[in-house]
Amino acid sequence: MGKVFAFHGGIHPPENKKQSTRTPIRKAPLPKLLYLPLQQHIGMAASPLVNVGDRVLKGQMIAEPVGRISASLHAPTSGTIRSIGPHPVPHASGLESDCIVIESDGQDEWLEHKGLEDYTQLEPSALIEHIRRCGIAGMGGAGFPTDVKLHLGDDHIVNTLIINAAECEPYITADDMLMRERAHEILGGIRVISHLLKPSHIMIGIEDNKSHAIHTLESVLKGCDLNIDIRVVPTKYPSGGERQLIQLLTGLEVPSGHIPADIGIVCQNIGTTAAIYRAVHHGEPLISRIVTVTGDAVAQPQNLEALIGTPFADLLDAANVYENKLYRLVMGGPMMGVTIEHDQIPVIKTTNCIIAATIDEMPPAPPEQPCIRCNMCEQVCPVTLLPQQLYWFSKGREFDKAKHHNLFDCIECGACAYVCPSSIPLVQYYRFAKSEIRTEEAEQRKADHARERFEARQARLEREQEEKEARRKARAEEAARAQKARKSAETETTAAEPVQDINALKTAAAVARTKLKKAQKALDAARDSGEGDIPALEAAVQAAQTSSEQAQQALEKAEGAKPAAPAAVDTKQLKTAAAVARTKLKKAQKALDAARESGEGDLATLEAALKAAQESADQAQQAFEQAESGASTDAAAAGPDLKQLKTAAAVARTKLKKARDALKNAEDKGLEGLDKLRATLTTLEQKADEADKAYKDAESAAGASAAPAQAAPIDMKALKQQVSIMRTKLKKAEAALDGLEGDERTQAEQALEELRQRHAEADKAFKAAEQAQIDAAAAQGVDLKQLKIDAAMARAAVTKLERALAKTEEAQERTSIEAELVTARDKAEQLNKTLQQHEPA
Amino acid sequence: MTTVITAILILFGLAVVFGIILGYASVRFRVEGNPIVDQIDALLPQTQCGQCGYPGCRPYAEAISNGDAINKCPPGGQSTIEALADLLDVEAVPLDAEHGEEQAKTVAFIREDECIGCTKCIQACPVDAILGAAKQMHTVISSECTGCDLCVEPCPVDCIDMIPVETTIANWKWPAPAESRNLNLIATDRGRGELQHQEAH
Amino acid sequence: MSLIRMSSPHVYKTNTTANVMRLVLLATLPGILALTFFFGWGTLIQIVWAGALALAFEAAILKLRRRPIMFYLNDGSALVTALLLAVAIPPFAPWWVTAVGVFVAIVIAKHLYGGLGQNPFNPAMVAYALLLISFPVEMTRWTAPFVLNGEGWPVASFMDTLGAIFGSVEHVWYDSFTGATPLDELRHRSGLTTEETWRQSLVLSQGIGAWHAVSAAWFMGGIFLLYRKIITWHAPISMLLALAISATLFYGFDPDNYADPFFHLSTGATMLAAFFIITDPVSSATSNRGRIIFGASIGVLIFIIRTWGNYPDGVAFAVLLMNLAAPFIDLYSQPRSYGHSQSNKGRGGKA
Repeated sequence: MGKVFAFHGGIHPPENKKQSTRTPIRKAPLPKLLYLPLQQHIGMAASPLVNVGDRVLKGQMIAEPVGRISASLHAPTSGTIRSIGPHPVPHASGLESDCIVIESDGQDEWLEHKGLEDYTQLEPSALIEHIRRCGIAGMGGAGFPTDVKLHLGDDHIVNTLIINAAECEPYITADDMLMRERAHEILGGIRVISHLLKPSHIMIGIEDNKSHAIHTLESVLKGCDLNIDIRVVPTKYPSGGERQLIQLLTGLEVPSGHIPADIGIVCQNIGTTAAIYRAVHHGEPLISRIVTVTGDAVAQPQNLEALIGTPFADLLDAANVYENKLYRLVMGGPMMGVTIEHDQIPVIKTTNCIIAATIDEMPPAPPEQPCIRCNMCEQVCPVTLLPQQLYWFSKGREFDKAKHHNLFDCIECGACAYVCPSSIPLVQYYRFAKSEIRTEEAEQRKADHARERFEARQARLEREQEEKEARRKARAEEAARAQKARKSAETETTAAEPVQDINALKTAAAVARTKLKKAQKALDAARDSGEGDIPALEAAVQAAQTSSEQAQQALEKAEGAKPAAPAAVDTKQLKTAAAVARTKLKKAQKALDAARESGEGDLATLEAALKAAQESADQAQQAFEQAESGASTDAAAAGPDLKQLKTAAAVARTKLKKARDALKNAEDKGLEGLDKLRATLTTLEQKADEADKAYKDAESAAGASAAPAQAAPIDMKALKQQVSIMRTKLKKAEAALDGLEGDERTQAEQALEELRQRHAEADKAFKAAEQAQIDAAAAQGVDLKQLKIDAAMARAAVTKLERALAKTEEAQERTSIEAELVTARDKAEQLNKTLQQHEPA
Repeated sequence: MTTVITAILILFGLAVVFGIILGYASVRFRVEGNPIVDQIDALLPQTQCGQCGYPGCRPYAEAISNGDAINKCPPGGQSTIEALADLLDVEAVPLDAEHGEEQAKTVAFIREDECIGCTKCIQACPVDAILGAAKQMHTVISSECTGCDLCVEPCPVDCIDMIPVETTIANWKWPAPAESRNLNLIATDRGRGELQHQEAH
Repeated sequence: MSLIRMSSPHVYKTNTTANVMRLVLLATLPGILALTFFFGWGTLIQIVWAGALALAFEAAILKLRRRPIMFYLNDGSALVTALLLAVAIPPFAPWWVTAVGVFVAIVIAKHLYGGLGQNPFNPAMVAYALLLISFPVEMTRWTAPFVLNGEGWPVASFMDTLGAIFGSVEHVWYDSFTGATPLDELRHRSGLTTEETWRQSLVLSQGIGAWHAVSAAWFMGGIFLLYRKIITWHAPISMLLALAISATLFYGFDPDNYADPFFHLSTGATMLAAFFIITDPVSSATSNRGRIIFGASIGVLIFIIRTWGNYPDGVAFAVLLMNLAAPFIDLYSQPRSYGHSQSNKGRGGKA
């Protein structure tokens, strides 16, 4: 036995443990209904895996963990899911929370399960996952998911494993009885934990009032290869508090705001070790636990092995409760337990004790008297806080000061309230202050968050406003420019702007030349006199020369570009010009005629004028015709008028359809004039075929690879329709044939044959089209990808060139890059266009 | 006469020296505090509801720093007023009823089958807590909702309700212990506490 | 099922403020007996008189403050205050002196500050200091122990004492058996060395035993309180040690002019103060560390006032001065909490 340290404070409340240790652990009777809260642990609530009405087997997982800190839930017995919804749960608030309600079928039928064969051979993570799947959470108090603690070896060095068997709260004997009766399970569980955490030292902390349990444990541990110490600590509440037990056994304090693993210690409750043993060796999930049912209001205080979810009423009945004496029902111990208002509240994974107390046993809290600062609370506080200061601050709502006095280190053990001579409900004051502070902090966080969102929204609105404004401006400018362009186009047929530009360029070139001359002169003068900064001047001359050349070049380029501008002259204007010329010609002619008739006037001049007018009219006409033909060639190049052709084809098809309908009618009725109709039909069919053919020709002529893809779906649909129509017709005709006689019959048979043939053809055509479409799609798929890549590359080339252009200053290089850029841009645009055409398909 | 002049000179000299020291200290040891507006803004609940008469919490914070009353914020309630009074070292006054009354925390809830998808509430929401598009049903992200009421008014079909935040186990708060100051008890009642018992029911 | 809902813990120690007060009263018994034995019935009469007055004043002021009278009266705090005042004033002090003292203690020093738990000063000491300043003659005329009195035990008959206190007997009568206390003698020795004073003074050479015995009785009561965990050792032990150390220092340095430490510990109100007055929880420092500082400071102050002050005993003034300092001590003597490497200082928070 090693040294045992001490912690500050602590109290010795009456133990009241003897009552419930007289009889061995008994299995609680199977309840009819089990209520399983989805949140029995710290962390996220589990999420149900079953639906109402499902039948579940004992041990079947009915809710799975959500997130890292969470635990799964299993059916404690076989039965059907009756409901999933709010039900009162064991919580100080007395509020409801979501529960899965199982109606037991009484058979208690297990899901097939078996333990791990040799857990030491398993990957640690797989073993921990197995424990996680068994839904094991700390059974001592808080219900912290055990698997998370077992992972602590990953990022912490765990030297010491402490098994908490102190069970310091009065009344509770569940762990005591577990140690007495199932010590080997505890040892098995410790083996699993130590396999995972590999601590160098294992300590079992146990209070000296459990001599029987200490004895049993010692005999089980005899000859055990693990380095396990049983450390008997003096009975003092709250020695079972995790941090207090750590201080007792190691003399170390867990720093505030840290976890024990930060100082190399992991603590596990003794009940949890047994649950781990069962999970690993038998594959049994955590579906039952030992609950001490005690208090003066039960006739037989005892420990019951109860299924998780068993309502308290069932356990109280099993222990023969005196309903009339029951005054206060406490889940947990008398120091930290919560009162339960409703006896249908179920046992959860952390329920270690139910105290059914009479009014004499646990009288209501006496009225609060003034605090006399007697300091007794400070003497017993296991955390060495100043409880009375915390009380004053909590009461006065001075939460900042309470926090400063380490309110959040308070473990709410109740020792201060226990000793308070003024009966002040100190713990409730602290809980009140803590929840107020937490709420305040949450609200502050929410407010900060709201502020952020509000500001983000304001910024966004502003930005949007600005963008809108910018767009509006851009549009206005665009409109203005368009207006101007139209006006200028209207006023002068020749492009005014290029001229202006050319003028400007001309001026610039002249200026540059002048500058060059001046510079040259200055240089010459300098050379002559031998004075001045000749190199600088030379450089200046050079620069002037370059700029002059540049200007000249630009001018030339602009001038060269100029003739291109009128090319875009629109035919309308040319037409007008031609008409004007013609009118002038006519006028001239008239004037000439008049002159001739009257014999007056200068005939020669008039004739010359006429000639000129004629010439100009001819020219205009020519230009106009040229332009028009050019335009039409353009149009032709753009492809034949597909739309028109399409419409024609559609019209033809409609006509054909109508004719067919008529024929069908006739056939159906066996009417005369069948031949006539048929002839019409044939012509119509011919026409339709022609239209179709023309359309298809046009389409293929258009040459765009997109065309077939676009046309294909339409064709396919039409073809399909045609085929099915023919099939129906064929059937009908066959039926009609039976009712016919003689000539008519042969004729009809012939017609039928024809129909059959046509049907076969159509079918074939349909299939061929389908195949073609598939091929096309396949081909296009590849192409599309390639196209995309090409387009992207082209775009990249453009950007690259643009950047290069921005960087270079050398004129020559610039021009070459510019030229390259233009071609690259063209290419990129083209590729983009094709891509866009193809992509929707 | 010379003594008077000497005294004046000495005093003047002292004034200069201390002036220099103080001036240096005020520069050297300047406390870089948050501007008061930020501090006030940090205390306001950020519902951006405009019940104070200003378009948002920050404008109200600015107004307070310019001397406006601190009791115009119903969502913050008395606790905000007290915090502001504490910060500004003025007397805490009760909430000005003109701007509304302190109410339990609420969140907006859209009755979704009645929503016509007009987006008016989306435009009204100061914290972008409403999701939806034109002609599409809208919904409130309740965790982002500040309960400011601003979306209720614009809704043309009145399908937005302000529902009080429900108390669940997650947000339940321990109540403050009941005061027993005015109980007409005698100390020997301890241990029976009948009065407390009756109170509990 | 209608079960109650309340915060844990669900069990309480059967330990009440009234119990605490009762135990304190019980612990004063040896001291009272010793006083009565050596100085006559006066002490007992004063206690009863002061107790009755205290209950009356307490009830009246509770009524005025509209508080539940019996609830607060039962806590016994008024009785303790009255008792401590009664044993501190001279046994033959006139009735009105006691009445004024109790009024000041209960009404002014306690209830005007907000009642039990709210008073910054020890009510008994406030009253004592006020009486000492206001009525120096009555307050400094202590009875001589019966051993110095020619008529033997008791000092005076019960009825005579009663008469003296309630004014039916002439002053002259009890002047005969009242005199200076040892502290008075040593204080007003007019240039003599300690040893010379000791030899010359009857009280010091022959009567000192009575004071030693009374101090021992208070000490016994204190041990009882410590044993019952009503008080902690911190304040009394630190006070006694501080007083002893300061006395030893000066006595060792100059035995002619300073009294020996044992004298300081065993005369005057030293023991009464150490176990019954400075342990008043309400007006003392809170934490253990704070109480050590509080007690030690009182010990030093007592020595200073006794040696160089105007008044022979300095307990009341020392206690009141340190009551003033208690909140400040509290701020800087917080214990180091579990899991913290340093203790907190100051109050934290705004304002």
